[in-house]
Amino acid sequence: MSGGETDITRREVIVAGAAVASLAVLGPGQALAVPSSGDQNELPVALHVNGVRHDLNLEPRVTLLDTLRERLNLCGTKKGCDIGQCGACTVHLDGSRVLSCLTLAAQAAGKEITTIEGISDPGGGLHPMQQAFLDHDAMQCGYCTPGQIMSGIACVAEGHATTDDDVREYMSGNLCRCGAYRGIVAAIRDVAGSGG
Amino acid sequence: MERFTYAAPRTVKDAVLELASSGNVKVLAGGTTLIDLMKNGVEKPKRLIDVTGIKELNEFVIDGDELRFGALVKMSAVADHPEIKKRHPILSEALWRGASQQLRNMATLGGNVLQRTRCAYFRDPQYPCNKRQPGTGCAAIDGINRGHALLGTSEDCIAVYPGDWATALAAVDASFDTMSPRGARTISIHDLHVEPGRTPNVEHTLAADELIVRTRIPTRSAYRASTYQKIRDRASYAFALASAAVALDIQGDVVRDARIAIGGVATRPWRARDAEQSLIGRRLDERAARHAGELAYVNAQTTPQNAFRVPLGIAAVERALIVARERA
Repeated sequence: MSGGETDITRREVIVAGAAVASLAVLGPGQALAVPSSGDQNELPVALHVNGVRHDLNLEPRVTLLDTLRERLNLCGTKKGCDIGQCGACTVHLDGSRVLSCLTLAAQAAGKEITTIEGISDPGGGLHPMQQAFLDHDAMQCGYCTPGQIMSGIACVAEGHATTDDDVREYMSGNLCRCGAYRGIVAAIRDVAGSGG
Repeated sequence: MERFTYAAPRTVKDAVLELASSGNVKVLAGGTTLIDLMKNGVEKPKRLIDVTGIKELNEFVIDGDELRFGALVKMSAVADHPEIKKRHPILSEALWRGASQQLRNMATLGGNVLQRTRCAYFRDPQYPCNKRQPGTGCAAIDGINRGHALLGTSEDCIAVYPGDWATALAAVDASFDTMSPRGARTISIHDLHVEPGRTPNVEHTLAADELIVRTRIPTRSAYRASTYQKIRDRASYAFALASAAVALDIQGDVVRDARIAIGGVATRPWRARDAEQSLIGRRLDERAARHAGELAYVNAQTTPQNAFRVPLGIAAVERALIVARERA
């Protein structure tokens, strides 16, 4: 979560794939076809991620998390425990925060999926929650941070960020093993206090 | 996760026909238990029937003399509903004190009641487990059983039924409408789960091709004077070491009706009827509340590791009764 000064992220440089580069120029509703691996058991799955439609062929056992990271190169969503305990993989499905590691990609078909890559404003500026995490030093290693931010945005939208205790209760599904909880609570309260 | 085939029917009728048409088939709703158990190799279904696209399972009715929640209604939708919080705190609290908000946004009320035990030996296929693989033995009875059951255990299994919601439902006499190829039926919460006995692999009385359609909760039993109290290793996002669901009807100072169920301590949702009877017609003071808690645990069978949860369980019942009384 470094500052949003450049359009090219570190991950895009690493992947350096044409598909990733083309993501940036596709508008909402435009389709991006990703080739199939040819498995007989695959299903056609249309995913709407951050306003972009992706037509995929996937085995039914593939999770939304693995699809985002391995097929769509959206690696901001993190794989922590992969068994629904840590919250690092939190994304929004139709505005509701869920764990992408326990969601089959097929179950997310037709829903609006928002990941950490999709929350900045159209001009590329940071989301207020991202800025608040910087302002309050709400991270150390940063691995849990995308999940914390996606969860924090939803926590404010749900009205569950009116007191520090409320934030602690409703953010309990996001673990931070560096122990940056004080900054995380402060960042979320800051955003809630400024009207979201 | 092993390979499986997948179907997403659009009607209850099609779903139950799918369930009836092949063996080793499972219903997929929120996935918070099933996908987890498929990842660690405990569940290996050959086919999943994803029911989340069935619109008729989204019913949400809270006026009238019973609450009706379709099987796909999410835990968070009921937990956060202002009318449920105000009029039926036992239901809201049992939900928001369970899991995390992400899981509550995924997990459905229909699936929640059938959630599986958290017994670490059940969840790890390298250990013997009579529930996972009948006849192999129980690793928990002589193993690490700090979190295992005190009530309803057998020589073959001491795994806890971990759910909070079903515990609250047991207190308020909920029932379920189900559908199978043989037609519709209604089953009481008290007849849904079974104790392990000699067949710990059998956890409930639904047929393999039977689907929960809705939960029905009589509003007369889900009183305003109610609560769900939960004691855990940490303050949030943990299963119960012991919990208590209490709903009271108090007129003046006198208890006319009391409903008590205890959770996190038994092999199935557990109604404490002797504890309830001890309160009827009496004034509910702290001594009476404590006595009721003790009655709820009279038959507890403990191990050296889990005996500490008897006093916790008694305290949960006592606290729940006092909290509920203050809401009368």
